[in-house]
Amino acid sequence: MAADVSRVSYRPKLLLFAAATLVLVLLALLPLYIGLYQTQLLTYGLIAAIAALGFNLLLGYTGLLSFGHSAFFGIGAYSVAFLLRDAGIRSMELYILIGLPIVALVSALLGYICVRHTRIFFGILTLALSQVVWTLAYKFFWLTGGSDGLRVARPDLLAGMFTFTGGGAFQRFISAYYYYVLAVFAICVAVMWVIVHSPFGKALQAIRDNETRAAFLGLRIRRFRWVAFLISGTMTGLAGILWVPLNGLTTPEVLYWTFSGEIVFMTLLGGFRNFTGPIVGGPLFTYLKTYAVATTEYWQLLLGVVLVLLVMLLPTGIVGALSVATAKLWPKEKSA
Amino acid sequence: MILLQTIDLSKQFGDVHACDRVNFTVNKGEFLSLVGSNGAGKTSLVNLISGHLAPDSGRILFEGTDVTFARIHERIRAGIARSFQIVNLFDVLTVFDNVALSIFSRERKIVKIAALADLDRDVRREALDVLSQFGLAAKSAVPAGGLAQGERKLLDVALAYALRPKLLFLDEPTSGVSTREKTQIMDTVSSVVRAGAVTAVIIEHDMDVVFRYSDRIVMMHEGKFLADGTPQEIRANKNVANILLGAPLSA
Ligand SMILES: Nc1ncnc2c1ncn2[C@@H]1O[C@H](COP(=O)(O)OP(=O)(O)OP(=O)(O)O)[C@@H](O)[C@H]1O
Ligand SMILES: [Mg+2]
Repeated sequence: MAADVSRVSYRPKLLLFAAATLVLVLLALLPLYIGLYQTQLLTYGLIAAIAALGFNLLLGYTGLLSFGHSAFFGIGAYSVAFLLRDAGIRSMELYILIGLPIVALVSALLGYICVRHTRIFFGILTLALSQVVWTLAYKFFWLTGGSDGLRVARPDLLAGMFTFTGGGAFQRFISAYYYYVLAVFAICVAVMWVIVHSPFGKALQAIRDNETRAAFLGLRIRRFRWVAFLISGTMTGLAGILWVPLNGLTTPEVLYWTFSGEIVFMTLLGGFRNFTGPIVGGPLFTYLKTYAVATTEYWQLLLGVVLVLLVMLLPTGIVGALSVATAKLWPKEKSA
Repeated sequence: MILLQTIDLSKQFGDVHACDRVNFTVNKGEFLSLVGSNGAGKTSLVNLISGHLAPDSGRILFEGTDVTFARIHERIRAGIARSFQIVNLFDVLTVFDNVALSIFSRERKIVKIAALADLDRDVRREALDVLSQFGLAAKSAVPAGGLAQGERKLLDVALAYALRPKLLFLDEPTSGVSTREKTQIMDTVSSVVRAGAVTAVIIEHDMDVVFRYSDRIVMMHEGKFLADGTPQEIRANKNVANILLGAPLSA
């Protein structure tokens, strides 16, 4: 009886896939039309998007607001710096392959402590623990270079196929690295999309909506939160790994709580209730901050005002507001 | 055959004895009603058995195994499920996803992270099947928060039922709906539960409903069991009538 209703419709998924491919192609073509500086900025934006995407698995899908995601970003960055300085590794792939388990381990550890609590207590715990990490980086200067931080040279890409020394190295690196980050970004988006549409992802949303009922469906709440935390921290850590070769330097600043605040900010900017919110919010925030810093020495104030306006006028973020507007314009089009 | 047994199960809130040395037995295959005035301790008893509350003392045996200190998910695995007096759903998720979550959980597919939930044909088929049994198939794409009260009550039951429990507690599945809807909900629930051969304990205030649908009726008052018997026996019990309404029951 329900046989025909139970048929899965692939059409919305194909449309989505087509749209995503189109965006990817456009992003791939963009450097042909924009300058090197803009390409570099966009690379930072994509990295921010990865960080926010990871962060939003906790905020948007699990209902946990972390104020400590700078820890994972920073540990990703410092891992690369250590791998270069102490092991002489110069390969970006090795940075990722070795860096990911490190951030995963730290995420698992911190997550294990933090998911014992929810709401404000969770937020405070993440904040406190990330500040511990920051303090360690700041105080153990013989290991971390203290406030001077650690320099990171341009790594080799694709197992040494691309190296960046000699004349024009900077330009070549920026161009190549943009595509490198774009590829990782595309993978991250695909992985996260599958996760939030998997049974596991549905379970996270159920726990976010109604923890009690989720428990009475037999879900082991804390474990789900823990795994979500682990994935979230690891993806934000990956962003840190990608960020440091571009920045050329890592300092305790990326571990400081204000940077966690920026990750929260970019996610709110795009909209934490939408899958694409953090993807849009990351680059947008990067541009916004760059612009603000360039125009006024009171850039923090400017960003603060933007945040206040955002929360008051667009509580669902840019993507949230856009999807409401679209639904009004084309009321019949039901989103999948 | 005894499915569930509580032994001197007690729970106190301050001075209130919500459950006072309750010895409750459920036999396999019964459709049992738990009745009693407001604050009698019915929900508390279900909370204790389902693991929502920890008892002060006493024991709970399910199929002969002591589950007094079992975790909630262990009790569900053992086969105890419940619905809620105050509707307890995932309001943002669709009706379909609500039920699918139950099935994913029961099938232990809920931990799958690298597969799309929508593409699981077995779960999809079963979820739609459960929804059509409860008359909710047409609403499957609607967010649960957008349903009418009667539909929400049914979905609440459907979530528990989709776990395919051995013992199903239904805490006032008809509260807050009109009299007409009440009959409709009870017809649906009782036919689904009987068709699925699930043992059910239903908490209900409407005695007409209780007499019509139950195999056995247990009556609670101030945390204690007062009466226990078939609808005929309970109907004849003067105590019950006095406590429930302070007046004789309509025959
Ligand atoms: N979590 C709690 N904290 C404090 N007191 C509680 C709690 N839960 C129940 N009680 C008290 O225990 C007593 C029994 O409550 P319970 O909800 O079990 O009654 P009930 O029979 O389900 O009533 P109703 O028909 O109104 O649903 C009441 O006096 C109630 O106020
Ligand atoms: Mg009750």
